[in-house]
Amino acid sequence: MISNGRYSLLFNALFTLFMVGPLVVVIGVSFTPTGYLEFPPSGLSLRWFAAILDNPDFIDAAWVSLKLGIASATVSTIVAVPAALAIGREKFSGREALQALFLSPLTVPTVVLGIAFLRLLSVLELNGTFVGLVLCHAIIITPFVLRLVLSSVVGMDRSIEKAAISLGASNWTVFRRITMPLIMPGIVGGWVLAFITSFDELTVTVFIVNPSTTTLPVRLFSHITQTTDPLIASVSTVVILFTVALMLLINRFYGLDRLLMGETK
Amino acid sequence: MSFLEIKALTKRFSETTAVEDFSLTVERGEFVSLLGPSGCGKTTTLQMIAGFEQPTSGSIILHGRNLAKIPARKRGLGIVFQTYALFPHMTVEQNVAFGLEMRGIPEPDRRQKVAAALDLVKLSHLAKRLPKAMSGGQRQRVALARALVIEPELLLLDEPLSNLDAKLREEMQLELRRIQQEAGVTTLLVTHDQSEAMALSDRIAVMQSGRLMQLGTPFDTYETPKSTFISNFLGKTNCLNARLVSTTGTASTLVINGIEVSGPSVNLLPGDVMASLRPERIDIVESSDGHTEAKVLERIFLGDQWLFRLETKLGELLVVRRNRGRREAEPGENVFIVWQPEHLQILPASRESA
Amino acid sequence: MKSPQNMKPWLLSGPAFVLFLVLLLIPLVMTFMLSFNSFSFYGGIEDVYTFGNYIEVLGDSYFYEIFLRTFLIALITTVFCVLLGVPEAYILLRMRPLARSIMLLVVLGPLLISVVVRTLGWAILLGNNGVINELLQSLGLITSPVKMLYTSGGIVAALVHVMIPFMIIAVWAALQRRDPSAEQAAESLGASPVKVFTRIVLPQAMPGILSGSLIVFSLSASAFATPAILGGRRVKVVSTTVYDEFLNTLNWPLGAAIAVLLLASVLVIMLSWNRLIEKRYTGVFE
Ligand SMILES: Nc1ncnc2c1ncn2[C@@H]1O[C@H](COP(=O)(O)OP(=O)(O)OP(=O)(O)O)[C@@H](O)[C@H]1O
Ligand SMILES: [Mg+2]
Repeated sequence: MISNGRYSLLFNALFTLFMVGPLVVVIGVSFTPTGYLEFPPSGLSLRWFAAILDNPDFIDAAWVSLKLGIASATVSTIVAVPAALAIGREKFSGREALQALFLSPLTVPTVVLGIAFLRLLSVLELNGTFVGLVLCHAIIITPFVLRLVLSSVVGMDRSIEKAAISLGASNWTVFRRITMPLIMPGIVGGWVLAFITSFDELTVTVFIVNPSTTTLPVRLFSHITQTTDPLIASVSTVVILFTVALMLLINRFYGLDRLLMGETK
Repeated sequence: MSFLEIKALTKRFSETTAVEDFSLTVERGEFVSLLGPSGCGKTTTLQMIAGFEQPTSGSIILHGRNLAKIPARKRGLGIVFQTYALFPHMTVEQNVAFGLEMRGIPEPDRRQKVAAALDLVKLSHLAKRLPKAMSGGQRQRVALARALVIEPELLLLDEPLSNLDAKLREEMQLELRRIQQEAGVTTLLVTHDQSEAMALSDRIAVMQSGRLMQLGTPFDTYETPKSTFISNFLGKTNCLNARLVSTTGTASTLVINGIEVSGPSVNLLPGDVMASLRPERIDIVESSDGHTEAKVLERIFLGDQWLFRLETKLGELLVVRRNRGRREAEPGENVFIVWQPEHLQILPASRESA
Repeated sequence: MKSPQNMKPWLLSGPAFVLFLVLLLIPLVMTFMLSFNSFSFYGGIEDVYTFGNYIEVLGDSYFYEIFLRTFLIALITTVFCVLLGVPEAYILLRMRPLARSIMLLVVLGPLLISVVVRTLGWAILLGNNGVINELLQSLGLITSPVKMLYTSGGIVAALVHVMIPFMIIAVWAALQRRDPSAEQAAESLGASPVKVFTRIVLPQAMPGILSGSLIVFSLSASAFATPAILGGRRVKVVSTTVYDEFLNTLNWPLGAAIAVLLLASVLVIMLSWNRLIEKRYTGVFE
């Protein structure tokens, strides 16, 4: 294996700085004892973290986001797993069109999705409701679940199922005892990725929330566009830490590279 | 009535005919190999017996039962797949127990049978391992144990050894034969490896383009192939274009490359034929009396054997000679060759070779 | 023929299909129709269908400027993602496994962190009293703050940060299938590291670069959070304009027309880009 030279390592160091810098700045700012965004902070204070507790707006929004993420990831997984089984292993006309449809939320600009959902939900008088949010988020995140489940379905040796059948297993037993466990990593990975995507979603959500269903990203967004106090930095720091914790968990059990770029090696 | 009777089995896919008019009977306890080149329909035949493919026509009767309407999971056959198809999320023990579980066999019985099966394949010490932590040969044994533990009426093996390296393959051949005989199970093996088929089977069924070409014991098939295709497929041979001049009850006369040669009696009409002479049946001698003259073009050392390429009046010939630790003729040297007329196989002129 | 075998895939994908039909296809059609509705500030959306909204958008240099700016920002972002992402992907692939898995967390991890949060970081960096200006001033390189917040340049910087993981993923996918010994072979034939990169690695990375560019470009062209926070009302792009039409001006039909034009141009660009890639690369790679 050819190793990296000196310039490569320098490039890598600068690149790391570029990637991490903005996040470090946010975290740094959140510890400021002053009332404005300063970096590096002139002291270390937890004042702005304490302030989060006095702002039920943010805490409520975080709860909405959490519930929304769990609900929409679950809805999406429930519909995407059977769809992936059909697309991944059956031959039928319309298969490719169906796959393109299920992946299309990745290509349609999110603002377009946002106003389309807004239009539909206002006609159905569901605008701003939690149910409406869950369904719309399920659409946006289904491509992620589908892709991961599909790759584990396609990667599975079908003679394993034949072996189970030849040993006397019924269709249902084959699915429960063999197929499910084998595509489980894809399902779990897909669910987690879907959850995170929903948890972070702003562009679509901003069109379809109302004050009682405001999510954390929307709350942060409207706060940032109105005022600039270190409170947004401390909330952001909490978001960063939460995401990093989740990320390390994924990396431990599934592999971040596998989650984001499919099977490696 | 035979144990397994396959009658006029045919399978057509949209464009190709994978298996055509294939008939075969197998006796109880017998080990039969389906041998043929890639794409000749071996797997398709096996899949139809297993119940994973529907035959276009024909019937499969096992122990008096017509399998046509019986779904794969009710056929009770033991199958070993080319990729082993072990359940990767289950331990060796759980893999082997799966079929027993499906049959609702109670726990103590199950455990005992699993232990016996693992004993048979000599894997008792690895019962708690996951397949991914095992070598190819060990996985192969697990797959065998899993198929055998349900005491199948018929064991189907699809290229079970093709994923193993050469040395391990030889070991596993012996192992497979031992296990099959100990279990006494009727076995159908699919392979494209002629030496494997010959080493393992009681009878070999040679297939070509979906059809059964020849059926017989390994020895008979090797010694009296019905066509140059089979002769070539089962080991090396020298194929020579020849003309059959006459044949009597005891001998025949041929002309190869303008030279008259005698051969065994055959049941063919005079005219164009193919003459096949196995390399190991030709002897190299030093004295000239009446023998054919030859010049060594190339010589390859194979350890236990020498392989020669010779130029003769009949054409180029391959000759194999056992290594007896003596000096052998070198390229450029002139030698003489001799063979017994009855070792010349006279076959119908094949269509493909012009 | 409607045997149960033929129904199975449709039964399996039925729930997802219904969901997508009701929540994606129908709303998109409704939006398309909405873009033809006329609108008055007193009566709201009227049941009259005209090309008025399109004529208004296509006839106004104000909107031209917004579309031009949007695609220019997307283009420059894509170029920077290629320039930075391709070498980084290659460097990552050559790292030892441990270093690589740590670097992957650093490089890909931000993808999972909210775009709002990441953009906030850039806002703090780029402000007139921000980290970069303070640093440059204290180093004596500049005397008065350089305006970076509320500029297209600032948006590009943050968008590169947001989008570059996609480029790295695409290039990584293309490169990891390569045979590393080809590089060793080139080196053994006397090629310098730069030559190895340009002659051996780059051609193999090309399919990944092209597909990564497509992803980065289309995501950048429709990005909302970053231009909204860093550009505000001053540097408007298409998506923030749509947002304003919908939630501030409340002229939904006009907003829908702008959105349809965005969707159409993104699709046209994607399809022609794909066509280009297919023409050049089918047959060469798998
Ligand atoms: N599902 C299918 N649809 C169409 N054609 C098929 C299908 N399965 C097999 N065939 C064709 O049938 C022929 C026989 O295939 P089969 O798999 O039985 O060959 P094989 O003898 O097992 O070959 P190998 O040694 O390569 O495994 C081939 O020409 C193959 O292309
Ligand atoms: Mg086969």
